[in-house]
Amino acid sequence: MEQKNISTKQYIKEYLKKCVTGPWSLLCGLSVSLRYFFNPKRIVTEQYPENRKTLKMHERFRGRLSMVEDADGNNRCTACGMCERSCPNGSINVQATKNIAGKKVLGRYVYHFASCTQCGLCVEACPFGAIEMAPEFEVATTDIKSLEMILNKKEGQG
Amino acid sequence: MSMTQLPPGFKIIRDENSEAYSDEFFVNMGPQHPSTHGALRLAIRMDGETIVELVPHHGYIHRGMEKQAESMSYLQYFPMSDRQDYLTAIQNNLGVALAYEKGMNVGVPLRQEYIRVMLQELGRIASHLVFFGCFGGDLGGQTCLLFGFKEREMVHDILEEVTGSRLTMNYFRPGGSRFDVPDTFIPRVKAFLDHMESTMKDYERFLSKNVIVRERSIGIGVLSKEDAIAYACSGPVARASGVNFDVRRNNPYSIYSQLEFDVPLAYNGDCYDRYNVRIAEIHESMRILRQCIDKFPAEGPWRSKEKPVKLAPGRYYSEIETAKGLYATYVVAAAGDKPYRIHTRGPSFPHIGVLNKMCQGLTVSDLVTIMATLDPVIPEIDR
Amino acid sequence: MFVPSVTNPIGDFVREWVPKLAEYLPAAIQSDTLNSVVAFLVNAVICVIAVCLVNIGSAPILIYMERKVCAHVQCRMGPMRLGWHGTIQTIADVLKMLFKEVYAPGGVDKFVYFLAPLIVLIAPFMVAALIPFGENLLVANIDMGIPLIIAINGFGVLGILLGGWSSNNKYSLLGALRSGAQMISYEISFALVLLFVVMISGSTNLMAITQTQSGTIFDWTIFRVPVLGIIAFVLFFISSTAEMNRAPFDIAEAEQELTGGYHTEYNGTPFAMFYLAEYIALVTNSSLAVTCFLGGFHAPCLGIAAVDGVLTMIPGVVWFFAKVFFMIWAYMMVRWTFVRPRVDQLMSFEWKFLLPLNLLMLVAGAAYVALVG
Repeated sequence: MEQKNISTKQYIKEYLKKCVTGPWSLLCGLSVSLRYFFNPKRIVTEQYPENRKTLKMHERFRGRLSMVEDADGNNRCTACGMCERSCPNGSINVQATKNIAGKKVLGRYVYHFASCTQCGLCVEACPFGAIEMAPEFEVATTDIKSLEMILNKKEGQG
Repeated sequence: MSMTQLPPGFKIIRDENSEAYSDEFFVNMGPQHPSTHGALRLAIRMDGETIVELVPHHGYIHRGMEKQAESMSYLQYFPMSDRQDYLTAIQNNLGVALAYEKGMNVGVPLRQEYIRVMLQELGRIASHLVFFGCFGGDLGGQTCLLFGFKEREMVHDILEEVTGSRLTMNYFRPGGSRFDVPDTFIPRVKAFLDHMESTMKDYERFLSKNVIVRERSIGIGVLSKEDAIAYACSGPVARASGVNFDVRRNNPYSIYSQLEFDVPLAYNGDCYDRYNVRIAEIHESMRILRQCIDKFPAEGPWRSKEKPVKLAPGRYYSEIETAKGLYATYVVAAAGDKPYRIHTRGPSFPHIGVLNKMCQGLTVSDLVTIMATLDPVIPEIDR
Repeated sequence: MFVPSVTNPIGDFVREWVPKLAEYLPAAIQSDTLNSVVAFLVNAVICVIAVCLVNIGSAPILIYMERKVCAHVQCRMGPMRLGWHGTIQTIADVLKMLFKEVYAPGGVDKFVYFLAPLIVLIAPFMVAALIPFGENLLVANIDMGIPLIIAINGFGVLGILLGGWSSNNKYSLLGALRSGAQMISYEISFALVLLFVVMISGSTNLMAITQTQSGTIFDWTIFRVPVLGIIAFVLFFISSTAEMNRAPFDIAEAEQELTGGYHTEYNGTPFAMFYLAEYIALVTNSSLAVTCFLGGFHAPCLGIAAVDGVLTMIPGVVWFFAKVFFMIWAYMMVRWTFVRPRVDQLMSFEWKFLLPLNLLMLVAGAAYVALVG
């Protein structure tokens, strides 16, 4: 490519030097790949569906949004709407209702999973720790309607 | 402009009787091309295999992030910054957080500073490993691609444990971060560094001295120091041209001023220098990480007491050194909980601008090498 | 009686048996001409089936092998799903490829476009016919074996050029032109290395070349001529890699630059044929290397009677394919290790390094033959 002004002697010297160092560098590279080829311990691939039982996500892994519920299915949500406001995509829709005492409680916690980016800002914004990101990653579905879910089983306690 | 139309200024004369007759033809490289690293279109005027002129076209994944930010709260911009340069997501987070901290007037405790620096350097190693992989891959050695990504996955495992996500970390906040690091963080980083030491030796043996790599990258895509400054290049691209500038040292943020590290420099400005600077930076990052492991405060608060969500009205600017270069955030805050304007200065955008200058008279193969060593990330260019 | 000009051991066997079997036929239709024609046809069918079996049968094995070698170099596992360790994955892929719709993009020269994959297949199939796979396993025992191979190898470039030119795609055209220049250049060193072998063994007949290497491992061409043999072997390795368009000399395909090169626009069966040709070329080139340098079907005897007795008990064809697969493995390791040179570097490597070295080798070989014998 580049035109260099060098004498013939220099050119021959460089040429001969390249003839020695070139193959040597290639052999160095080959030695690495041979070492990797003959050492099956280096394999890092995980066989995914087979290792499902042992595969555990980290505690903080952000999967699908879910509601923290106790054994009876009660949640801690007060329908304050902080999560709804913190969501950048409008994936959360908190529909409040009034209980018998006339207090504003959570009616339906609608979660649009399709538009969620799993940023976790809602969990951060919640003052009561009522929601969490479940470590669930197999969330693909064939039914688009199933992506719109209601997270709470019961009405909020207020 | 349609894909078949010539870009303005491209003149290909077909009249054989004319004196200006040329055999030149016009090729679209991209938006779907294996080595443009994303949806970037390079309109190339070629004479045989020689590039006469090149015009980059971008905007294929323009999402209007800066405009979107104006209708969002301040915190909601963090997930956005992840999605600009996805290879350095954790560093972009810090860049935004630093600008906000200036406006919110909060500081961070020492432990948080160490967390920040360590995650920064881990992110830098991950990004440079992707560069290593793509450089080898673009030159035709698919094995390098897997080698680079193999170690990067280990970094991402650590980052996932800390931040909860592999790619879009969304971790740093003004005044601290979302979580403290888990107890396993320091041992894991230590184990990773020990693994990296030996692996990097293998990888350099594999690629650095390789005669074909040297032939293909030495003297190719030379960027002079003047051009590097004139075109606002930064990061390893500028440092390979002899521009001695690193935000971590020239304008230190976090606790970089207390750490000992060198800024690798090279003076030829060709592809091989850019490669070498990046490899040297991996070693420097490992050095910084080792220092941080030694000094890491075992106890202490990991975030500031106050959790502000609003900036005082004014203009705030922060700059950090990501793996790609200078990443600056400029925030204009007005009253209210939404920014008036957020502007991001990404490192990849100016690098694409200088492409035409670098690949004049070279071939398509060289263009691939140059693209690999500029290491652009297209979502960050389009934003 | 009709005897074809090119014969082989199988043909001799068939010619011997056909008249014996013909005796059971009614006397009215017995004749020497009929016998010889039948013998010729039977022989031809056997040979065609054998060559197809070796070539087409080896392609899925090689694709599987390539995937596994590549995966293990890259710390992966490769195909693991279908069958034991993914053994029938390639068959599934081939079936998928064959059942795809064959269509041509707009603006292509359809006749040439569909002719190209066929032409590409000619060269490797014809070379396979010349190679002695075992003592009696040979399709055509031709005295001008090596010159014929050099001549046939030129066909490959024709197919690639036609394919790239007819595709109506600038990338394809660039790839085709690159590969044309590359293959024509490397053909010269390829031929010169083979000439070196001819000089050492004193024959252009591949069977004769193999027979001169009988004996111990030190009678193989690669070891028989000290140092020169190994250099010649390396030179052959390099130029045959370039001949096959395999990485690191795959500038014709150059995925990262030309998005697939000459076969960018092909799909379905035509694409499968390009792919097949690549792998058959791998088999034939490895076979050629084994025949010319690694003693063909001879066992690697060491000169120790006890060991040699065991080694020679294994049939020659097994040894032949063991050596061929070792060669193929070597080609694959090289492919997955090195990066690709640029076009002009590839050319200057050929004209400034390989060709002078080859000429020197020829002179040295001549000196060796003259002085040592």
